[in-house]
Parts: sequence; C-alpha cells; structure tokens
Amino acid sequence: MWEMAKQRDAYGEALVELGREKDDIVVVGADLCGSCRVKEFGSEFPERMFNVGIAEQNMTGVSAGLALSGKTVFSSTFAVFATGRAYDQVRQSIAYPELNVKIVSTHAGITVGGDGASHQMLEDIALMRVLPNMNVVAPADYHESRKATFAIAEKERPFYMRLGRSSVPIITEEDDPFDVGKATVLKEGEDVTLIGTGIMVSECLKAAEKLDKQHGVDAKVLNMSTIKPLDEDSIVKSARDTGGIVTAEEHVVSQGMGSGISQVLAESNYHVPMKRVGIPNVFGESGESDELMEKYGLTAEHIVESAHDVLERR
Amino acid sequence: MSTLEESKVEELEEIARRVRVHVVKSTNEAGSGHPGGSLSAADLLTALYFEIMDHKPEEPDWPKRDRLVLSKGHAAPALYGALAEAGYFPKEELMTLRKLGSRLQGHPHVKTTPGVDASTGSLGQGLSIAAGMALAAKLDRESYRVFAVCGDGEIQSGQIWEAAMFASHNKLDNLIVFLDRNNLQIDGSTEEVMSIEPIITKWSAFGWHVLEIEGHDMEQIVDAVQRAEEVHGQPTIIIAHTIKGKGVPFMEGSLAFHGKAADDEQLEVALEALGEKDDEVGGD
Repeated sequence: MWEMAKQRDAYGEALVELGREKDDIVVVGADLCGSCRVKEFGSEFPERMFNVGIAEQNMTGVSAGLALSGKTVFSSTFAVFATGRAYDQVRQSIAYPELNVKIVSTHAGITVGGDGASHQMLEDIALMRVLPNMNVVAPADYHESRKATFAIAEKERPFYMRLGRSSVPIITEEDDPFDVGKATVLKEGEDVTLIGTGIMVSECLKAAEKLDKQHGVDAKVLNMSTIKPLDEDSIVKSARDTGGIVTAEEHVVSQGMGSGISQVLAESNYHVPMKRVGIPNVFGESGESDELMEKYGLTAEHIVESAHDVLERR
Repeated sequence: MSTLEESKVEELEEIARRVRVHVVKSTNEAGSGHPGGSLSAADLLTALYFEIMDHKPEEPDWPKRDRLVLSKGHAAPALYGALAEAGYFPKEELMTLRKLGSRLQGHPHVKTTPGVDASTGSLGQGLSIAAGMALAAKLDRESYRVFAVCGDGEIQSGQIWEAAMFASHNKLDNLIVFLDRNNLQIDGSTEEVMSIEPIITKWSAFGWHVLEIEGHDMEQIVDAVQRAEEVHGQPTIIIAHTIKGKGVPFMEGSLAFHGKAADDEQLEVALEALGEKDDEVGGD
C-alpha cells in the first residue's frame, strides 16, 4: 500500500545537494561509506570527504577538529559504532564543547537483520539523549530523512540522527513541513494516542487503521521525529485530549523515546495510562527484519494490544 | 645552529619560571590538580606561546592563528599560566582554577577559556582533534599550523595510533606534536605500567617525522619546530625528554605530585625554589 524506500538513500542524496549549496559541508566516514550512502558525496566532492578507516574514535575526534575549524561536519557509520564504540569521544570531544557535528548513523535497530546482535544497535537513543547539548532525530521515512538532513545542517550544534538499513514505507508527503523539535500529527483521534518514532511510525498508522476498522477505536497518531528535545506540548496535549498514550520505537524500551515521554507525563498534570512498545532489555539475534519485528514485539499488532491495555486501564 | 638570541632564551626562561609559579600557586589554591605534568610541559608551552606560535591574545578566535591542542589536558594549570602571561585573561584569574563558576575548568574547555582551542581531558582524544584541525587548514589552503602536546602515558591509548595513522595518511605536515616524555604516569613509570618504547621506531613506522630533544631547553624546542617545518608531506612528532615536576625539587621525578597539589608549607618551599620569595601564600 505504501511505496518503500531506504532512509539512508535519502540522506546520501540530500548530502550531495547540501554539498553543492554549501562549501563548508564536509563528510567523515569509517570504511562504511558505501553502506552509509556518503560515498556519492565523496565522488562529487573528493576533497571534502574523509575516510578514516575502521577507527570510529578517531573519526569522532577528527570531526571535532574540523568543526572547531568552522566546518559543518557529517560523520557517518553504523549506529552501533557511532554511539557505542566512540561514546566517550562523542561525549568529550563533541557534546561537551557543543560542536557543529552531525553524527548520522545508519543500520540502527533490530531490522539490521542477519548480522545479529553485534550490529543491531538498540541502545543508541538512550546513549545520545542523555548527553547534554546533544539533539536526537529519528526520521520516519525517506522524505523525512531527506528533510532532516537539511534541517540539522542549518543548526549549528551537535546532532545525532538515526537511520535504518532497510526499505521502509513512505508515509509522509514530500512537501510536509519538518521542524526539528516539533512532532507532527499524522492522524487525529479521540480515544488514545499512538506516538511513534523512526520506522515505527508506519506501524502506528497501521495500528490506528486496525483499531478503527476492527475495534471502533479512534486513535490519534503522532510522529515524534525529534527525540531530543521532545515536543512536550504536543505530548501533554495528546494526553489531555485522548486520555491514553502508547509509544513505539525500534529500541530497548528502557531509556528510549517512550521513557522520555513517560517522564514528561509524570511531571505533567495528565497522568494518563501509558504503554511503551519496543524491545525488552535484551540483545537481538539474526533473522529477517520482519521475523525480528514480530518476535521482538514491534508490529502494528503489538501496538493494537497495547492500545487495548491502555484503554482498559483508563 | 641555534636560532635564538641569548637574551630571548633568558626571556623565555623567565616566562616559564612564572608559568611554574602560576602552576604551583593555582593548584595549591584549588587544593587539587596536576602540578607534576604541568611543570614538565611548562617550557614547551612557554616556547609555543611566546616564540613559536602566531596568535593574537586580543583576538582569541583569529581565524589564521596557529592552534594548540593540549591533549594531556590535565596539564591545564600550565596552559592557563601561559595564556594568562600572554594576556588572554588577567593573571589574578588563575587563582580561580577549579573553583565554582570559574572560566578555568579542571581540564581545558574551549567554551569557557579564551585562548583554549579544544576541550580535552579524556586522554587519547586530542591528537584526533588536532589532526582534524590540520586537515581543515589544508582544505582551506590556510597556512596556520596545529600543535599538540601529548603525554607519554597517553600514547598507550589506541585512539592515538588511529590518529597517527590518519595524520600521516593525509600528509598533515602542518601538524606538529610534542610528546612530553617525563617517564611517569599516575600508577608508576610508563615502562613498568605499559611500556611505550621504542617510541621513535613506533612513530617512524606510522609514517611520522620524528625528532628528539631535551624538553627543558628553549633553543632545542624552537629549533625542533623549525626543523619540522622543513619536512613536507609528513607530520612531525618531537619527543621532548622532560622531568615531571621540573623546577620544584621535591616534585621532580615524583609520582606523589602527579595529581596532588602542594599544601601551604610545601608551596613556600616550591616558590622559594622557583625564585619567588615575596609572595603571599594561599592567594587570599
């Protein structure tokens, strides 16, 4: 029903366009330049593309040095290495001095598939959102990945952007607005709010349709493409208007987007029932993307069940 | 072959002496800090800021300035001493080191201190930052140079060797690194904790131009940078043989003062050794 496309393709294409528009854009990669789709930038602007080899800690430090010299730096590798291997470098060399580095990771989440747990980064949102000065963006689809690339390039501060490996449904329109820090309402509803981020937004839309057709439940769907800073107004408003929240993310539920939202709600005046859909605090395993989504609780069905749970607790 | 006039050497040595006074006084006032490694690097930093580097204290962000990354960030008291002497901020401010609200953080922070070019302190990271800066200079066809000061224990860190590979691969001849070879790290001698020798062979094998000097000799420090500049297509590392705690006899070669400040009594002895007699101890 939806057209499919890869988020990282959008990122790579947007980078090339950005490179044409702005001379200060430079790209740093760590031997995964093809996989991360930054190779095309390197083909067009070889003098502005640096491959550090399999050395993510150095990649992060070099990015800091380039940013300190006035460059807008895009630093790309797989999520597991960008945030895990180089965590201390991200913390000390980029976040603390608040440098203009965009850490754009691909292959985030369990849908990496066959590579297994070693490459399925399920903790990156937690690691990045806890860092002071860091902003975290997880676009929902191809169009948003493209728009987010332009949007974060405009803001002179550190960003972590999380992209997946696989083709995912295109659920937004090319000319929909994209503002960092603003959630978008994809479907209005009165009974419960489904808040998704990244590739789980399309599952929320599917879940909303099932809830409507099979259960007569009118669910609102919110696309939380910026995880930090969270759009608190829109979270609180959804809680007030619908009285229940389900969050969905391709990440461990502990300390992910859903945790952030639960914290916002706990300190608000709307203590509504809530359920977080995501991966329990476990490592993944090899398998096909759809098999893993099913086994680890990330499908529309799981969101529907959670919505019922929330409705019953109301 | 010396390029420095005798009077210039004396002038630099006097500034380095004052930097050392700042180190012992400011860490004493703070009640903590790393005097040992600050004193070993004091001559290097003095030579850099008062003879070698092209910079403007009245315009800390001058785009064409030479940069310095103090990769061994715990030597911040010496860096602050040199920056204050150069006029980046008032010398009185040195006594706010490590105190709440101070611009002088325990380890260098680019956002708070005028003249500081990079935030460092987590060892092993500064060389990558310096390499990124040197790369940017090449990209922009700018002639500024990037200097880094690394600790000897610090090169046990893997990221140093990632950066070493990167700098030679990219032919960063505008990157000049001083290795403060004072032979000690917090747990003991570098060779006992985790031997880093043979250093020259290692850096040569990584494609670097390697020089070796006596790191408390102003002429040798300045000459080494000139020799580094004559080499094209290769970064240079200058192994500077130093003494931890240099200038304060009871701190020299001592592990005890790696991460501990002199108390008030010790400060008096230290200041006397540094030829600073009529000074108020304690700073208040």
